[in-house]
Amino acid sequence: MKRIEEKFAALRAKHEKALIVYLTAGDPSLSVTKKLILALEKAGADILEIGVPFSDPTADGPVIQAAAQRALKAGTTLQGVLDLVTEVRKISEIPIVLFGYFNPIFSCGVRGFAYAARKAGVDGVLVVDLPYEEAGELRDYTDAAGIDFISLVAPTTGKERLKKIINKASGFLYYISITGVTGTAAPKIDPIKTEVEAIHKITNLPVAVGFGISKPEQARKIARFADGVVIGSSVVRLIDENKNNSDLLKILSDYIGNIKKELR
Amino acid sequence: MGEEDIRRQAPNVFRMKILGAEVVPVKSGTATLKDAMNEAMRYWVSSVRDTFYIIGTTAGPHPYPRMVRDFQSVIGRETKRQIMKLEGRNPDVMIACVGGGSNAMGTFYPFRNEKHIAMYGVEAAGLGLHTPQHSASINGGKVGVLHGNKTYLLQDEHGQVRDAYSIAAGLDYPGVGPEHAYFHKTKKVKYVTVTDKEAVRDFSFLSLQEGIIPALESSHAIACAMKMAPKMAKNKIIVVCLSGRGDKDAQTIIEKGVIR
Repeated sequence: MKRIEEKFAALRAKHEKALIVYLTAGDPSLSVTKKLILALEKAGADILEIGVPFSDPTADGPVIQAAAQRALKAGTTLQGVLDLVTEVRKISEIPIVLFGYFNPIFSCGVRGFAYAARKAGVDGVLVVDLPYEEAGELRDYTDAAGIDFISLVAPTTGKERLKKIINKASGFLYYISITGVTGTAAPKIDPIKTEVEAIHKITNLPVAVGFGISKPEQARKIARFADGVVIGSSVVRLIDENKNNSDLLKILSDYIGNIKKELR
Repeated sequence: MGEEDIRRQAPNVFRMKILGAEVVPVKSGTATLKDAMNEAMRYWVSSVRDTFYIIGTTAGPHPYPRMVRDFQSVIGRETKRQIMKLEGRNPDVMIACVGGGSNAMGTFYPFRNEKHIAMYGVEAAGLGLHTPQHSASINGGKVGVLHGNKTYLLQDEHGQVRDAYSIAAGLDYPGVGPEHAYFHKTKKVKYVTVTDKEAVRDFSFLSLQEGIIPALESSHAIACAMKMAPKMAKNKIIVVCLSGRGDKDAQTIIEKGVIR
């Protein structure tokens, strides 16, 4: 069984919901990102989304845009991120999803990327600017490599398209909780509940909800009907605000621990 | 609109404001067209239920390149009518500048099935193709994906999009419309380059000789025509698309010390 599938199964058995944590690789540096990953796992993160920085992150709000800029300035590359995953895999089995944009992957070659990602120990990829209609260009190779192709579903996704997306998705479905870019608004819970319940009726894939979730209270409400909650911008902001603070790992661990508590 | 472009294109900004537009400056990245497009897309994604996204160039996600091409084709259709009336035949050469590529696509498209017309798309070589300071996506970039289209892109070896540069704000974009990528691949259109220096020189030339002040963008097309004309027979016809007026570039021209 694959790591992501295993993780959701194990959580289900414990009546827990998944806490999926996003962070931008290389912000402030890849070596710090490695420490952060291990601390996040210890603090209760179930799955990690590792952001591969891109020069033009059109799906991201100001917080993650700035993180990508810092990471690129620090010299972060896709290969560097894969090397980081290789390092993490030596000591951790936490499921890892690479989150990013298509051009760096396309530039390195989709076939080579899929192979390298598998070898590094990547479990899933989420490419935000690769819509369903074009996704085959990458998915054919990630499917062959045994890497989950995490697909986004938005409040604006129509029923027919939703079915098509689900048909090709694996790992989990990522439900975007706001009509917008990352970290820019607090989600309204009721409409998400309706949508997620509708999705549950047509697929057995776990559904995680993200974009705009930052508080334990929101996580608790969403976890009542979703299989997982994604926290991103607030984590990235916390890392940036405390990058020179010797208590960074503790501050981050406390924040994550408090949210995970609501999912148990 | 990119903050840098707002500065460079002040007269156009005034015109937009006179016509009732609110112009929102974008400060991220190089504060030019690419960053304005990123920001427009983010805004659109956030307000898609009650907002239309419109764009003036042939780049971006489908169906925008096609829509802009069809609207801009008025240029080529009028060219066809006028040249038939004036000369009774098609031109031998057609030249237009290419940033995102809207005026060029509009010029070329209605002629795409005509044989014996040599079409030239002129990219901005900025300070030179050998420097990083240019906007020549076809001549100096490679295939990539940005803003929802796969096309030639200025990018580094890791697939990060590079900043474009040209003295002409309208050419200052690291990509090019996907249909131009296709015309390049099928050799329908030949894509060449002209530097800042050449464009400014022939901006002055056209202004002095004809009393027509071309936009710095269009001056790239003029410079290409100036290179070709001396090598052609006198009975040949060249059509150059003057896509814009140079009034808007007065500030840049003064800053560059061309006019004192």
